[in-house]
Amino acid sequence: MKLSIITLFCFLVGFSFGQEEAEKNMKKLPSVVLKNLKGKSVNTSEMGFEGPVVISFWATWCSPCKKELNTIHDLYPDWQDETGVTLVAVSIDDEKTKARVSPYANAKAWDYEILLDPNGDFKRAMGVNNVPHTFLIDSDGNIVYSHNNYAPGDEDELYEHILELGSK
Amino acid sequence: MKIKLFLLAPFVLGASFLFAQGTISGNAESTFQYLNEDTVIGANQPPSKGLINSYMNVFYTNGNFKAGMRLESYLPRIQGYPNRFDGTGLGMRYVGYENDFVDVTLGSFYEQFGAGLSLRAYEDRALGYDNLLDGARIIVKPRKGIVLKGVYGYQRLSFQEGRIVHGAGIVRGTDAEFHLNEIFKKMETSSLDLTLGASFVSKYQKDDNSTLVLPENVGSYGGRIKMLYKNIYFDGEYIQKEQDPSNDNGNIYNYGHASVFNLSYTQKGLGILISGKSVDNMSYRSDRTKDLQDVFINYLPALNKTHTYNLVATLYPYATQPVGEVAFQADVMYTFLRKTKLGGKYGTTIGFNYSTTYEPKKTYNSNYPSDSTGIAYKSTPFVMSDSLYWQDINFNISKKFNKKFSGILSYYNIQINNDVAKISNDAQGVINAHIGVVEMLFKLKPKHSIRTEIQGLFVQDKDGVINDKGNWFTALIEYTISPNYFFSFMNQYNYGNPDKTKRVNYPIMTCGYIKGSTRFTVSYGRQRAGLFCVGGVCRFVPANNGLTLSFTQSF
Repeated sequence: MKLSIITLFCFLVGFSFGQEEAEKNMKKLPSVVLKNLKGKSVNTSEMGFEGPVVISFWATWCSPCKKELNTIHDLYPDWQDETGVTLVAVSIDDEKTKARVSPYANAKAWDYEILLDPNGDFKRAMGVNNVPHTFLIDSDGNIVYSHNNYAPGDEDELYEHILELGSK
Repeated sequence: MKIKLFLLAPFVLGASFLFAQGTISGNAESTFQYLNEDTVIGANQPPSKGLINSYMNVFYTNGNFKAGMRLESYLPRIQGYPNRFDGTGLGMRYVGYENDFVDVTLGSFYEQFGAGLSLRAYEDRALGYDNLLDGARIIVKPRKGIVLKGVYGYQRLSFQEGRIVHGAGIVRGTDAEFHLNEIFKKMETSSLDLTLGASFVSKYQKDDNSTLVLPENVGSYGGRIKMLYKNIYFDGEYIQKEQDPSNDNGNIYNYGHASVFNLSYTQKGLGILISGKSVDNMSYRSDRTKDLQDVFINYLPALNKTHTYNLVATLYPYATQPVGEVAFQADVMYTFLRKTKLGGKYGTTIGFNYSTTYEPKKTYNSNYPSDSTGIAYKSTPFVMSDSLYWQDINFNISKKFNKKFSGILSYYNIQINNDVAKISNDAQGVINAHIGVVEMLFKLKPKHSIRTEIQGLFVQDKDGVINDKGNWFTALIEYTISPNYFFSFMNQYNYGNPDKTKRVNYPIMTCGYIKGSTRFTVSYGRQRAGLFCVGGVCRFVPANNGLTLSFTQSF
């Protein structure tokens, strides 16, 4: 009996210390290897961008996703100048529509980094239920903000969060 | 006793400390329905009245170690979901270890070789599709640019009484991919980017048939290439499958083959894509007696644009015929740049898409089935007959007029052969439908906007009579307040139904609240029967009338 109480106590103490440690570190980007449009492998946890990174999950068949990315496209040069942010657009198009990703992104003249996640590995690892889903990552690789869905105006809230990172 | 205790304490402390470190992530989703009886649209009330689907994924990583699981619950399943889902329990679980050289997983995993023509294990929770592999997987990266994979396992067939039920056959496979530009120093700076790959997959299922001699081991193998040269991209894959008599192919002993290619050209403002696909006798399942979407080892994507507007997407969608088809697609997108005559202040984008699918040309064996070969016919990749399965011609123009107003105009002509790709019990032969959609977006003030859709679908008469359910009209209005709220109302009216008692309205109201990665939605109203498709895989959802609550969360 004593043994089990002490064991439980040790476990709890250890766990709570560990928790504190984990909170300091916050949630990190999971490591999944994806291909970019040039065929190069990119590890999602080591993308090597300086400054904040926005990760936006989208698909060629998702209207609100395209609205979001096309809206940000108009603002992107200013965002980059002011905060040094990089946007990574992760397409969850599978083999049915994957080949449409590059023509679409180019026709829209996007300047984003585009990654392909045709079997949903990164989507699953990031806990994305449905697209669009947007994450903001600080320069240490911590996920500091996320938003599911897109409504016109959401880009302003995202930008406020990017600015907050800059002022830290 | 005391000594033991002292020895144990640091261990427990250490173990729990470790456990609390690392990263936990995941997501949860729950959908509840309360359904009413509605005889006008043929909606039934289930005996339990209430239905609920839930699942939660939890993934844990700590350094090189990873583990994950998904708990699922169907009490009972929501309407239209596969009928063999019930109970609460573990639907997926794994442990693994990963570093830069090796990645090993034991338990459940998802995987895709190349374009998936030989193997693709994936999930689509909205569809209730999950053909994960349960077993072991190893991925080795001996040097930069080389990826070798090996998989071994049983597929998930269903989920009953809270437990995974596996398919009858075992699946094993191996795949190799070489990105030459990363392997060879000479090619590092080359403007030609080249990737080559090859895969071999095999399934084993016991021959339990007393009349036929069934192959117990069936292999499937092939190669692929991916090239990028400046603005031109090409990829192609070819897979051959050995003799695999099954329910799908009527127990013939033909070899199967599948090939797919994509050729695209892009520059700023322009994207052009041409794709082709040829499939014959390529239903490849880990249980030869299964049908529908059960235990597919491979994935045969439908070669057409995935539409999003309600009438276009769910009334006449197309899914690949795994027993055979030849398909082509062309897609062009062009943006008239800003400050040009057609571009206006903000630019104008036009898109054109054409896709078509035919039955492969088959030269029948006149001696079948009396000769001993069991080969019913011969076919050649990309040689097609004149029997049309599907055709879709569509174009759209999207334009932003000013800061507050933008719109999209679309037209579609869809032809689908209902005798082959069965989509409706009321239709005859090829259904030919014209669809027009006007979508408008108004920004009222910062964070407040209204979006409307007006859709009309017109079915051509067949031999002087109305085909299928006739014409439809849909109107949608959506009000959003960024970033937290949305309200929408949609009505579909089947005004052209040949049966006057079925000329009914399907109104539905939906409200949503979103905060960060949490989302609640409530909808109430009627939903017509339709096909719900993701990535060319479709599931039939019966008509229903009632309340739906849904909750999603990421963490």
